[in-house]
Amino acid sequence: MNEILPPVIVGAGPAGIRAAERLVAAGLRPVVVDEAARWGGQIYRQPPDGGFTRPKAALYGFEAGKADAVHRAMAAIRDRVDYRPRTLVWNCEAGALDLLSDGASETLPFSQLILATGATDRVLPFPGWTLPGVFTLGGSQVALKFQGCAVGRRVAFLGTGPLLYLVAYQYLKAGVEVAGVFDTTPFVAQARATAGMLRDPATLAKGLLFVGWLRAHGVPIHNGVRPVRAEGAERVEALAWRDASGQERRSPCDAVAFGLGLRSETQLADLAGCRFRFDEADRAWLPERDGAGRSSVPGVYLAGDGSGIAGADAAELAGERAALALLEDRGLPVEAARVKELDGRLARIAAFRRVLNAAFPFPTDWADAIADDTMICRCEGITAGAVREVARSGQAREMNRAKALTRAGMGRCQGRMCSATTAELLSRTLGTGPDGVGRLRAQPPIKPLPVSAGAERREVA
Amino acid sequence: MALLQRVAEQGRRVVRFTLDGRPVEALEGDTIMTAMLTNGERLRRTEFADTPRAGFCMMGACQDCWVRTEDGERLRACGTFIADGMRLLSGGEWTS
Repeated sequence: MNEILPPVIVGAGPAGIRAAERLVAAGLRPVVVDEAARWGGQIYRQPPDGGFTRPKAALYGFEAGKADAVHRAMAAIRDRVDYRPRTLVWNCEAGALDLLSDGASETLPFSQLILATGATDRVLPFPGWTLPGVFTLGGSQVALKFQGCAVGRRVAFLGTGPLLYLVAYQYLKAGVEVAGVFDTTPFVAQARATAGMLRDPATLAKGLLFVGWLRAHGVPIHNGVRPVRAEGAERVEALAWRDASGQERRSPCDAVAFGLGLRSETQLADLAGCRFRFDEADRAWLPERDGAGRSSVPGVYLAGDGSGIAGADAAELAGERAALALLEDRGLPVEAARVKELDGRLARIAAFRRVLNAAFPFPTDWADAIADDTMICRCEGITAGAVREVARSGQAREMNRAKALTRAGMGRCQGRMCSATTAELLSRTLGTGPDGVGRLRAQPPIKPLPVSAGAERREVA
Repeated sequence: MALLQRVAEQGRRVVRFTLDGRPVEALEGDTIMTAMLTNGERLRRTEFADTPRAGFCMMGACQDCWVRTEDGERLRACGTFIADGMRLLSGGEWTS
Protein backbone atom coordinates (compact mmCIF):
# COMPACT_ATOMS: atom_id res chain seq x y z
CA MET A 1 0.00 0.00 0.00
CA ASN A 2 1.34 3.41 -0.92
CA GLU A 3 0.99 5.36 2.33
CA ILE A 4 2.01 8.61 0.69
CA LEU A 5 -1.29 9.01 -1.12
CA PRO A 6 -3.84 11.16 0.69
CA PRO A 7 -7.03 9.35 1.76
CA VAL A 8 -9.97 9.76 -0.62
CA ILE A 9 -13.56 10.24 0.58
CA VAL A 10 -16.47 9.80 -1.82
CA GLY A 11 -19.52 11.78 -0.71
CA ALA A 12 -19.86 15.06 1.19
CA GLY A 13 -22.91 14.28 3.28
CA PRO A 14 -22.84 13.84 7.09
CA ALA A 15 -20.64 10.72 6.90
CA GLY A 16 -18.13 12.10 4.41
CA ILE A 17 -17.80 15.45 6.17
CA ARG A 18 -17.25 13.95 9.64
CA ALA A 19 -14.70 11.55 8.16
CA ALA A 20 -12.85 14.43 6.51
CA GLU A 21 -12.93 16.46 9.70
CA ARG A 22 -11.29 13.64 11.67
CA LEU A 23 -8.60 13.06 9.02
CA VAL A 24 -7.78 16.78 8.91
CA ALA A 25 -7.51 16.80 12.71
CA ALA A 26 -4.88 14.07 12.36
CA GLY A 27 -2.87 16.27 10.00
CA LEU A 28 -3.87 14.63 6.71
CA ARG A 29 -5.25 16.39 3.62
CA PRO A 30 -8.01 14.14 2.28
CA VAL A 31 -9.52 14.40 -1.17
CA VAL A 32 -13.32 14.83 -0.89
CA VAL A 33 -15.18 14.00 -4.10
CA ASP A 34 -18.87 14.87 -4.32
CA GLU A 35 -21.39 14.92 -7.14
CA ALA A 36 -23.25 17.94 -5.75
CA ALA A 37 -22.24 21.57 -6.16
CA ARG A 38 -22.32 22.22 -2.40
CA TRP A 39 -21.62 19.97 0.58
CA GLY A 40 -24.30 18.55 2.90
CA GLY A 41 -25.46 15.41 1.11
CA GLN A 42 -29.14 14.81 0.43
CA ILE A 43 -30.42 15.14 4.00
CA TYR A 44 -28.60 18.40 4.66
CA ARG A 45 -28.57 19.54 1.04
CA GLN A 46 -27.92 23.28 0.73
CA PRO A 47 -29.76 25.55 -1.69
CA PRO A 48 -27.77 26.62 -4.75
CA ASP A 49 -25.64 29.74 -4.66
CA GLY A 50 -27.40 32.91 -5.65
CA GLY A 51 -30.43 34.55 -4.15
CA PHE A 52 -31.81 31.84 -1.84
CA THR A 53 -32.67 33.41 1.51
CA ARG A 54 -34.58 30.96 3.71
CA PRO A 55 -32.83 30.41 7.06
CA LYS A 56 -31.72 26.93 8.07
CA ALA A 57 -34.57 26.68 10.56
CA ALA A 58 -36.99 26.90 7.63
CA LEU A 59 -35.02 24.43 5.50
CA TYR A 60 -34.23 21.73 8.03
CA GLY A 61 -36.78 22.22 10.83
CA PHE A 62 -35.85 20.29 13.98
CA GLU A 63 -32.62 19.17 12.31
CA ALA A 64 -31.44 22.73 11.62
CA GLY A 65 -28.86 22.59 14.41
CA LYS A 66 -27.39 19.34 13.11
CA ALA A 67 -27.44 20.56 9.50
CA ASP A 68 -25.69 23.77 10.48
CA ALA A 69 -23.07 21.91 12.52
CA VAL A 70 -22.29 19.60 9.58
CA HIS A 71 -22.11 22.52 7.14
CA ARG A 72 -19.84 24.46 9.48
CA ALA A 73 -17.59 21.46 10.05
CA MET A 74 -16.87 21.32 6.33
CA ALA A 75 -16.49 25.09 6.02
CA ALA A 76 -13.94 25.01 8.84
CA ILE A 77 -11.69 22.50 7.04
CA ARG A 78 -12.37 23.76 3.51
CA ASP A 79 -8.78 24.96 2.91
CA ARG A 80 -7.30 21.78 4.37
CA VAL A 81 -9.07 19.33 2.07
CA ASP A 82 -8.79 18.78 -1.67
CA TYR A 83 -12.51 19.32 -2.27
CA ARG A 84 -13.90 18.24 -5.65
CA PRO A 85 -17.57 19.26 -5.98
CA ARG A 86 -19.64 18.58 -9.14
CA THR A 87 -17.53 15.48 -9.66
CA LEU A 88 -18.92 12.07 -10.52
CA VAL A 89 -16.98 8.95 -9.51
CA TRP A 90 -17.97 6.59 -12.29
CA ASN A 91 -15.61 3.69 -11.70
CA CYS A 92 -13.42 2.17 -9.02
CA GLU A 93 -10.87 -0.53 -9.64
CA ALA A 94 -7.28 -1.52 -8.90
CA GLY A 95 -6.59 1.30 -6.46
CA ALA A 96 -7.94 4.09 -8.63
CA LEU A 97 -11.14 6.04 -9.12
CA ASP A 98 -12.31 7.37 -12.46
CA LEU A 99 -13.71 10.87 -12.11
CA LEU A 100 -15.70 13.12 -14.40
CA SER A 101 -15.90 16.83 -13.67
CA ASP A 102 -17.21 19.51 -16.04
CA GLY A 103 -16.78 17.14 -18.96
CA ALA A 104 -13.18 16.25 -18.13
CA SER A 105 -12.06 12.78 -17.03
CA GLU A 106 -9.36 12.08 -14.51
CA THR A 107 -7.98 9.00 -12.80
CA LEU A 108 -7.40 9.40 -9.08
CA PRO A 109 -5.20 6.74 -7.47
CA PHE A 110 -5.84 5.86 -3.83
CA SER A 111 -4.44 3.63 -1.13
CA GLN A 112 -7.19 4.36 1.37
CA LEU A 113 -10.78 5.11 0.40
CA ILE A 114 -13.85 5.96 2.46
CA LEU A 115 -17.11 5.38 0.59
CA ALA A 116 -19.93 7.54 1.95
CA THR A 117 -22.21 7.25 -1.04
CA GLY A 118 -25.60 7.64 0.67
CA ALA A 119 -28.97 6.34 -0.38
CA THR A 120 -32.06 7.06 -2.44
CA ASP A 121 -35.68 6.08 -2.03
CA ARG A 122 -36.60 2.41 -2.32
CA VAL A 123 -39.59 2.00 -4.61
CA LEU A 124 -41.89 -0.67 -5.97
CA PRO A 125 -44.06 0.01 -9.02
CA PHE A 126 -47.78 0.55 -9.31
CA PRO A 127 -49.84 1.46 -12.38
CA GLY A 128 -49.26 5.09 -13.32
CA TRP A 129 -46.05 5.50 -11.32
CA THR A 130 -44.25 6.99 -14.33
CA LEU A 131 -46.84 9.76 -14.83
CA PRO A 132 -45.63 13.35 -14.43
CA GLY A 133 -46.47 14.29 -10.86
CA VAL A 134 -45.31 11.05 -9.22
CA PHE A 135 -42.02 11.74 -7.46
CA THR A 136 -40.06 9.98 -4.75
CA LEU A 137 -40.46 11.20 -1.17
CA GLY A 138 -36.81 12.20 -1.09
CA GLY A 139 -37.20 14.01 -4.40
CA SER A 140 -40.27 15.84 -3.14
CA GLN A 141 -38.22 17.03 -0.19
CA VAL A 142 -35.35 18.09 -2.46
CA ALA A 143 -37.81 20.17 -4.54
CA LEU A 144 -38.92 21.98 -1.42
CA LYS A 145 -35.62 22.60 0.33
CA PHE A 146 -33.33 22.95 -2.72
CA GLN A 147 -35.68 24.80 -5.05
CA GLY A 148 -38.49 26.30 -2.95
CA CYS A 149 -40.99 24.28 -4.99
CA ALA A 150 -43.75 21.84 -4.18
CA VAL A 151 -44.31 18.90 -6.54
CA GLY A 152 -47.99 19.87 -6.83
CA ARG A 153 -50.82 21.95 -5.42
CA ARG A 154 -52.50 19.00 -3.74
CA VAL A 155 -50.10 16.21 -2.89
CA ALA A 156 -50.77 12.63 -1.77
CA PHE A 157 -48.06 11.02 0.38
CA LEU A 158 -47.78 7.27 -0.20
CA GLY A 159 -45.57 4.53 1.21
CA THR A 160 -43.78 3.95 4.48
CA GLY A 161 -40.78 5.13 6.47
CA PRO A 162 -39.98 8.17 8.59
CA LEU A 163 -39.77 10.37 5.48
CA LEU A 164 -43.47 9.77 4.75
CA TYR A 165 -44.68 11.79 7.71
CA LEU A 166 -41.75 14.19 7.78
CA VAL A 167 -42.16 15.36 4.17
CA ALA A 168 -45.97 15.53 4.46
CA TYR A 169 -45.49 17.75 7.52
CA GLN A 170 -42.93 19.92 5.72
CA TYR A 171 -45.29 20.38 2.77
CA LEU A 172 -48.16 21.34 5.04
CA LYS A 173 -45.93 23.84 6.84
CA ALA A 174 -44.97 25.32 3.45
CA GLY A 175 -48.64 25.97 2.74
CA VAL A 176 -49.24 23.08 0.34
CA GLU A 177 -52.48 21.13 0.50
CA VAL A 178 -51.86 17.53 1.61
CA ALA A 179 -54.44 15.20 0.05
CA GLY A 180 -53.66 12.54 2.62
CA VAL A 181 -51.02 10.25 4.07
CA PHE A 182 -51.41 6.77 2.62
CA ASP A 183 -49.31 4.55 4.85
CA THR A 184 -48.74 0.96 3.73
CA THR A 185 -48.20 -0.15 7.34
CA PRO A 186 -51.19 -1.62 9.18
CA PHE A 187 -52.24 0.48 12.14
CA VAL A 188 -51.74 -2.38 14.62
CA ALA A 189 -48.11 -2.92 13.60
CA GLN A 190 -47.38 0.76 14.00
CA ALA A 191 -49.10 1.02 17.38
CA ARG A 192 -47.14 -1.98 18.64
CA ALA A 193 -43.86 -0.50 17.46
CA THR A 194 -44.60 2.84 19.09
CA ALA A 195 -43.98 1.30 22.50
CA GLY A 196 -40.44 0.38 21.44
CA MET A 197 -39.84 3.96 20.33
CA LEU A 198 -39.76 5.01 23.96
CA ARG A 199 -36.08 4.05 23.68
CA ASP A 200 -35.65 7.31 21.80
CA PRO A 201 -38.21 9.75 23.19
CA ALA A 202 -37.02 12.65 21.00
CA THR A 203 -37.67 10.75 17.79
CA LEU A 204 -40.99 9.48 19.09
CA ALA A 205 -41.99 13.01 20.07
CA LYS A 206 -41.14 14.33 16.60
CA GLY A 207 -43.12 11.54 14.96
CA LEU A 208 -46.12 12.19 17.17
CA LEU A 209 -45.85 15.91 16.48
CA PHE A 210 -45.88 15.34 12.71
CA VAL A 211 -48.91 13.08 12.96
CA GLY A 212 -50.68 15.43 15.38
CA TRP A 213 -50.00 18.46 13.21
CA LEU A 214 -51.28 16.70 10.09
CA ARG A 215 -54.43 15.53 11.89
CA ALA A 216 -55.03 18.96 13.42
CA HIS A 217 -55.01 20.41 9.91
CA GLY A 218 -57.57 17.93 8.71
CA VAL A 219 -55.18 15.73 6.74
CA PRO A 220 -56.57 12.19 6.54
CA ILE A 221 -54.09 9.49 7.56
CA HIS A 222 -54.85 6.01 6.26
CA ASN A 223 -53.07 2.84 7.37
CA GLY A 224 -52.75 -0.52 5.64
CA VAL A 225 -53.04 1.13 2.21
CA ARG A 226 -52.06 -0.39 -1.13
CA PRO A 227 -52.00 1.78 -4.26
CA VAL A 228 -54.28 0.79 -7.14
CA ARG A 229 -53.07 3.34 -9.68
CA ALA A 230 -52.09 6.95 -10.24
CA GLU A 231 -54.78 8.20 -12.60
CA GLY A 232 -54.32 10.69 -15.41
CA ALA A 233 -53.36 10.91 -19.08
CA GLU A 234 -50.61 13.52 -19.24
CA ARG A 235 -50.19 14.09 -15.49
CA VAL A 236 -51.51 12.86 -12.14
CA GLU A 237 -55.19 13.63 -11.52
CA ALA A 238 -55.97 11.24 -8.67
CA LEU A 239 -54.62 8.39 -6.57
CA ALA A 240 -56.78 5.27 -6.54
CA TRP A 241 -56.02 3.09 -3.53
CA ARG A 242 -57.29 0.16 -1.51
CA ASP A 243 -57.95 0.64 2.18
CA ALA A 244 -57.17 -1.85 4.93
CA SER A 245 -60.54 -3.53 4.45
CA GLY A 246 -59.82 -4.04 0.74
CA GLN A 247 -62.24 -1.43 -0.53
CA GLU A 248 -61.12 0.67 -3.49
CA ARG A 249 -61.17 4.43 -2.93
CA ARG A 250 -60.05 7.48 -4.86
CA SER A 251 -58.38 10.71 -3.76
CA PRO A 252 -58.08 13.62 -6.20
CA CYS A 253 -54.57 15.09 -6.23
CA ASP A 254 -52.11 16.51 -8.76
CA ALA A 255 -49.00 14.84 -7.33
CA VAL A 256 -47.98 11.71 -5.45
CA ALA A 257 -44.87 11.64 -3.25
CA PHE A 258 -43.88 8.02 -2.87
CA GLY A 259 -41.26 5.86 -1.15
CA LEU A 260 -40.78 2.68 0.86
CA GLY A 261 -37.78 3.56 2.97
CA LEU A 262 -34.30 3.95 1.56
CA ARG A 263 -31.93 1.90 -0.59
CA SER A 264 -28.14 2.09 -0.27
CA GLU A 265 -26.00 3.24 -3.19
CA THR A 266 -23.54 0.32 -3.23
CA GLN A 267 -22.17 0.41 -6.79
CA LEU A 268 -18.69 1.75 -5.94
CA ALA A 269 -18.23 -0.71 -3.06
CA ASP A 270 -19.10 -3.46 -5.52
CA LEU A 271 -16.60 -2.23 -8.13
CA ALA A 272 -13.97 -1.87 -5.37
CA GLY A 273 -14.33 -5.61 -4.82
CA CYS A 274 -16.05 -5.52 -1.43
CA ARG A 275 -17.72 -8.72 -0.28
CA PHE A 276 -21.50 -8.44 0.12
CA ARG A 277 -23.99 -10.10 2.49
CA PHE A 278 -27.76 -10.13 2.56
CA ASP A 279 -29.14 -7.84 5.25
CA GLU A 280 -32.53 -8.91 6.58
CA ALA A 281 -33.39 -5.51 8.05
CA ASP A 282 -32.73 -3.60 4.81
CA ARG A 283 -33.92 -6.56 2.70
CA ALA A 284 -30.93 -5.88 0.46
CA TRP A 285 -27.40 -7.03 -0.33
CA LEU A 286 -24.92 -4.75 1.38
CA PRO A 287 -21.14 -4.52 1.44
CA GLU A 288 -19.78 -6.17 4.58
CA ARG A 289 -18.34 -3.81 7.15
CA ASP A 290 -17.05 -4.36 10.63
CA GLY A 291 -18.07 -2.11 13.52
CA ALA A 292 -15.36 0.37 12.57
CA GLY A 293 -16.37 0.60 8.92
CA ARG A 294 -13.67 -1.62 7.41
CA SER A 295 -14.85 -3.47 4.31
CA SER A 296 -13.52 -6.86 3.20
CA VAL A 297 -10.98 -5.01 1.00
CA PRO A 298 -7.95 -3.63 2.87
CA GLY A 299 -7.90 0.15 2.59
CA VAL A 300 -11.57 0.49 1.67
CA TYR A 301 -13.87 1.82 4.39
CA LEU A 302 -17.66 2.24 4.40
CA ALA A 303 -19.72 4.82 6.27
CA GLY A 304 -23.27 6.08 6.32
CA ASP A 305 -26.41 5.00 4.51
CA GLY A 306 -24.43 3.83 1.46
CA SER A 307 -23.64 0.57 3.23
CA GLY A 308 -26.80 0.07 5.28
CA ILE A 309 -29.65 2.39 6.23
CA ALA A 310 -29.17 3.92 9.68
CA GLY A 311 -29.95 7.62 9.19
CA ALA A 312 -28.07 10.88 9.33
CA ASP A 313 -27.04 10.81 13.01
CA ALA A 314 -25.49 7.40 12.58
CA ALA A 315 -23.82 8.57 9.37
CA GLU A 316 -21.99 11.35 11.22
CA LEU A 317 -20.74 8.89 13.84
CA ALA A 318 -19.87 6.19 11.29
CA GLY A 319 -17.97 8.69 9.15
CA GLU A 320 -15.77 9.66 12.06
CA ARG A 321 -15.42 6.02 13.13
CA ALA A 322 -14.26 4.97 9.65
CA ALA A 323 -11.74 7.80 9.64
CA LEU A 324 -10.35 6.58 12.97
CA ALA A 325 -10.02 3.06 11.54
CA LEU A 326 -8.22 4.49 8.53
CA LEU A 327 -5.84 6.42 10.77
CA GLU A 328 -5.16 3.35 12.89
CA ASP A 329 -4.41 1.30 9.75
CA ARG A 330 -2.05 4.06 8.64
CA GLY A 331 -0.15 3.61 11.88
CA LEU A 332 -1.28 6.89 13.35
CA PRO A 333 -2.45 7.24 16.95
CA VAL A 334 -6.17 7.26 17.71
CA GLU A 335 -7.89 8.12 20.94
CA ALA A 336 -9.30 4.93 22.44
CA ALA A 337 -11.92 6.77 24.50
CA ARG A 338 -13.36 8.43 21.40
CA VAL A 339 -13.51 5.08 19.59
CA LYS A 340 -15.38 3.59 22.52
CA GLU A 341 -17.83 6.47 22.67
CA LEU A 342 -18.58 6.29 18.95
CA ASP A 343 -19.04 2.51 19.11
CA GLY A 344 -21.47 2.89 22.00
CA ARG A 345 -23.54 5.54 20.28
CA LEU A 346 -23.63 3.60 17.01
CA ALA A 347 -24.81 0.50 18.88
CA ARG A 348 -27.66 2.46 20.49
CA ILE A 349 -28.77 3.83 17.11
CA ALA A 350 -28.62 0.35 15.60
CA ALA A 351 -30.91 -0.93 18.35
CA PHE A 352 -33.39 1.88 17.74
CA ARG A 353 -33.20 1.26 14.01
CA ARG A 354 -34.74 -2.16 14.58
CA VAL A 355 -37.68 -0.46 16.26
CA LEU A 356 -38.10 1.95 13.35
CA ASN A 357 -38.03 -0.95 10.90
CA ALA A 358 -40.86 -2.55 12.85
CA ALA A 359 -42.85 0.68 12.74
CA PHE A 360 -42.31 1.10 9.00
CA PRO A 361 -41.99 -2.42 7.61
CA PHE A 362 -41.38 -3.14 3.96
CA PRO A 363 -44.68 -4.35 2.43
CA THR A 364 -43.63 -7.90 1.54
CA ASP A 365 -46.92 -8.76 -0.14
CA TRP A 366 -46.80 -5.83 -2.58
CA ALA A 367 -44.88 -7.67 -5.30
CA ASP A 368 -47.51 -10.40 -5.57
CA ALA A 369 -50.13 -7.79 -6.39
CA ILE A 370 -48.15 -6.23 -9.27
CA ALA A 371 -50.08 -7.04 -12.44
CA ASP A 372 -48.13 -8.64 -15.30
CA ASP A 373 -48.65 -5.60 -17.51
CA THR A 374 -47.31 -3.10 -14.92
CA MET A 375 -44.10 -1.44 -16.02
CA ILE A 376 -41.34 -2.16 -13.50
CA CYS A 377 -38.42 -0.53 -15.35
CA ARG A 378 -38.79 3.19 -15.99
CA CYS A 379 -35.76 3.25 -18.30
CA GLU A 380 -36.78 0.63 -20.83
CA GLY A 381 -40.43 -0.11 -20.16
CA ILE A 382 -39.98 -3.73 -19.00
CA THR A 383 -43.09 -5.28 -17.44
CA ALA A 384 -43.51 -7.43 -14.34
CA GLY A 385 -44.79 -10.21 -16.60
CA ALA A 386 -41.51 -10.32 -18.52
CA VAL A 387 -39.53 -10.90 -15.32
CA ARG A 388 -41.97 -13.49 -14.00
CA GLU A 389 -41.84 -15.31 -17.33
CA VAL A 390 -38.06 -15.83 -17.33
CA ALA A 391 -38.32 -17.12 -13.75
CA ARG A 392 -41.28 -19.40 -14.44
CA SER A 393 -39.72 -20.87 -17.57
CA GLY A 394 -36.55 -21.71 -15.67
CA GLN A 395 -34.39 -19.43 -17.79
CA ALA A 396 -33.38 -17.15 -14.91
CA ARG A 397 -32.86 -18.12 -11.29
CA GLU A 398 -30.98 -14.97 -10.28
CA MET A 399 -30.84 -11.23 -10.96
CA ASN A 400 -28.07 -10.99 -13.55
CA ARG A 401 -29.53 -13.69 -15.79
CA ALA A 402 -32.93 -12.02 -15.54
CA LYS A 403 -31.28 -8.74 -16.50
CA ALA A 404 -29.58 -10.32 -19.51
CA LEU A 405 -32.84 -11.81 -20.71
CA THR A 406 -35.29 -9.00 -19.96
CA ARG A 407 -33.01 -5.92 -19.81
CA ALA A 408 -34.51 -5.03 -16.39
CA GLY A 409 -31.56 -3.31 -14.69
CA MET A 410 -29.72 -2.63 -17.95
CA GLY A 411 -31.14 0.84 -18.57
CA ARG A 412 -29.74 4.23 -17.70
CA CYS A 413 -30.42 3.92 -13.96
CA GLN A 414 -28.61 0.55 -13.83
CA GLY A 415 -31.28 -1.01 -11.68
CA ARG A 416 -31.43 1.68 -9.01
CA MET A 417 -35.19 2.06 -9.48
CA CYS A 418 -36.12 -1.53 -10.45
CA SER A 419 -33.74 -3.92 -8.68
CA ALA A 420 -35.85 -4.13 -5.51
CA THR A 421 -38.84 -5.02 -7.68
CA THR A 422 -36.95 -7.53 -9.81
CA ALA A 423 -35.62 -9.25 -6.69
CA GLU A 424 -39.11 -9.46 -5.19
CA LEU A 425 -40.69 -10.74 -8.41
CA LEU A 426 -37.98 -13.34 -9.01
CA SER A 427 -37.90 -14.61 -5.45
CA ARG A 428 -41.69 -14.77 -5.13
CA THR A 429 -42.04 -16.56 -8.47
CA LEU A 430 -39.23 -19.02 -7.68
CA GLY A 431 -40.36 -19.52 -4.09
CA THR A 432 -37.00 -18.54 -2.59
CA GLY A 433 -36.46 -16.02 0.19
CA PRO A 434 -35.56 -12.45 -0.79
CA ASP A 435 -31.91 -13.48 -0.41
CA GLY A 436 -32.22 -16.34 -2.86
CA VAL A 437 -31.85 -14.55 -6.19
CA GLY A 438 -28.52 -12.79 -5.80
CA ARG A 439 -27.84 -9.17 -6.60
CA LEU A 440 -27.15 -7.08 -9.67
CA ARG A 441 -23.44 -6.69 -10.36
CA ALA A 442 -22.41 -3.05 -10.70
CA GLN A 443 -21.02 -2.00 -14.06
CA PRO A 444 -18.90 1.04 -14.88
CA PRO A 445 -19.76 3.74 -15.67
CA ILE A 446 -22.15 3.67 -12.72
CA LYS A 447 -24.00 6.65 -14.22
CA PRO A 448 -24.34 7.72 -17.86
CA LEU A 449 -21.38 9.64 -19.25
CA PRO A 450 -21.34 11.98 -22.22
CA VAL A 451 -19.76 10.28 -25.23
CA SER A 452 -17.13 13.02 -25.36
CA ALA A 453 -15.83 11.99 -21.91
CA GLY A 454 -15.17 8.47 -23.10
CA ALA A 455 -13.50 9.68 -26.28
CA GLU A 456 -11.24 12.01 -24.35
CA ARG A 457 -10.24 9.23 -22.00
CA ARG A 458 -9.29 6.93 -24.87
CA GLU A 459 -7.02 9.61 -26.28
CA VAL A 460 -5.13 9.89 -23.00
CA ALA A 461 -4.84 6.12 -22.59
CA MET B 1 -50.20 24.25 -16.60
CA ALA B 2 -47.13 24.00 -14.43
CA LEU B 3 -46.33 20.77 -12.64
CA LEU B 4 -44.10 22.24 -9.93
CA GLN B 5 -45.41 25.07 -7.75
CA ARG B 6 -43.17 27.77 -6.31
CA VAL B 7 -43.84 28.21 -2.59
CA ALA B 8 -40.71 30.12 -1.49
CA GLU B 9 -37.49 31.81 -2.69
CA GLN B 10 -39.17 33.85 -5.40
CA GLY B 11 -36.99 36.95 -5.08
CA ARG B 12 -34.22 35.64 -7.32
CA ARG B 13 -33.03 37.12 -10.61
CA VAL B 14 -35.10 36.17 -13.66
CA VAL B 15 -33.47 33.89 -16.23
CA ARG B 16 -34.88 33.78 -19.78
CA PHE B 17 -34.83 30.63 -21.90
CA THR B 18 -37.00 28.94 -24.50
CA LEU B 19 -39.12 25.82 -24.05
CA ASP B 20 -40.09 24.17 -27.33
CA GLY B 21 -39.39 27.51 -29.00
CA ARG B 22 -41.58 29.52 -26.62
CA PRO B 23 -39.83 32.28 -24.61
CA VAL B 24 -40.30 31.63 -20.88
CA GLU B 25 -38.81 32.64 -17.54
CA ALA B 26 -37.19 30.87 -14.63
CA LEU B 27 -35.16 32.05 -11.64
CA GLU B 28 -31.43 31.96 -11.06
CA GLY B 29 -30.56 28.80 -9.13
CA ASP B 30 -33.36 26.79 -10.71
CA THR B 31 -32.40 23.42 -12.04
CA ILE B 32 -33.46 22.76 -15.62
CA MET B 33 -36.09 20.50 -14.10
CA THR B 34 -37.56 23.32 -12.01
CA ALA B 35 -37.32 25.76 -14.91
CA MET B 36 -39.16 23.41 -17.29
CA LEU B 37 -41.74 22.09 -14.84
CA THR B 38 -42.76 25.52 -13.57
CA ASN B 39 -43.51 26.33 -17.22
CA GLY B 40 -44.93 22.99 -18.33
CA GLU B 41 -45.97 19.49 -17.40
CA ARG B 42 -43.20 17.28 -18.70
CA LEU B 43 -39.48 17.05 -19.47
CA ARG B 44 -39.68 14.65 -22.37
CA ARG B 45 -41.63 11.85 -23.96
CA THR B 46 -40.24 8.32 -23.71
CA GLU B 47 -38.65 6.64 -26.67
CA PHE B 48 -40.52 3.37 -26.02
CA ALA B 49 -44.14 4.26 -25.40
CA ASP B 50 -44.37 7.96 -26.28
CA THR B 51 -45.58 8.68 -22.77
CA PRO B 52 -44.71 11.87 -20.89
CA ARG B 53 -42.06 11.91 -18.14
CA ALA B 54 -41.19 14.55 -15.61
CA GLY B 55 -38.36 12.99 -13.61
CA PHE B 56 -38.73 11.00 -10.42
CA CYS B 57 -35.90 11.01 -7.86
CA MET B 58 -34.53 14.57 -8.24
CA MET B 59 -31.14 13.43 -6.94
CA GLY B 60 -29.33 12.04 -9.92
CA ALA B 61 -30.14 8.37 -9.39
CA CYS B 62 -33.09 7.47 -11.62
CA GLN B 63 -31.86 9.03 -14.88
CA ASP B 64 -35.46 9.74 -15.84
CA CYS B 65 -34.91 13.46 -16.42
CA TRP B 66 -32.47 13.64 -19.33
CA VAL B 67 -33.63 16.40 -21.68
CA ARG B 68 -32.49 17.65 -25.05
CA THR B 69 -31.52 21.09 -26.23
CA GLU B 70 -32.32 22.37 -29.72
CA ASP B 71 -28.74 21.71 -30.81
CA GLY B 72 -28.87 18.11 -29.67
CA GLU B 73 -27.03 18.33 -26.35
CA ARG B 74 -28.37 16.06 -23.60
CA LEU B 75 -28.57 17.34 -20.04
CA ARG B 76 -29.67 15.75 -16.77
CA ALA B 77 -32.38 18.19 -15.73
CA CYS B 78 -32.20 17.63 -11.96
CA GLY B 79 -28.47 18.23 -11.78
CA THR B 80 -27.93 21.06 -14.27
CA PHE B 81 -28.79 24.69 -13.59
CA ILE B 82 -30.77 26.83 -16.03
CA ALA B 83 -28.88 29.59 -17.83
CA ASP B 84 -29.93 32.57 -19.92
CA GLY B 85 -30.53 31.71 -23.53
CA MET B 86 -30.86 27.93 -23.15
CA ARG B 87 -33.14 26.43 -25.82
CA LEU B 88 -34.78 23.35 -24.31
CA LEU B 89 -37.14 20.78 -25.79
CA SER B 90 -39.82 18.74 -24.06
CA GLY B 91 -42.09 17.67 -26.83
CA GLY B 92 -40.44 15.46 -29.37
CA GLU B 93 -39.53 11.83 -29.25
CA TRP B 94 -36.50 11.42 -27.05
CA THR B 95 -33.85 9.16 -28.50
CA SER B 96 -30.62 8.02 -26.99
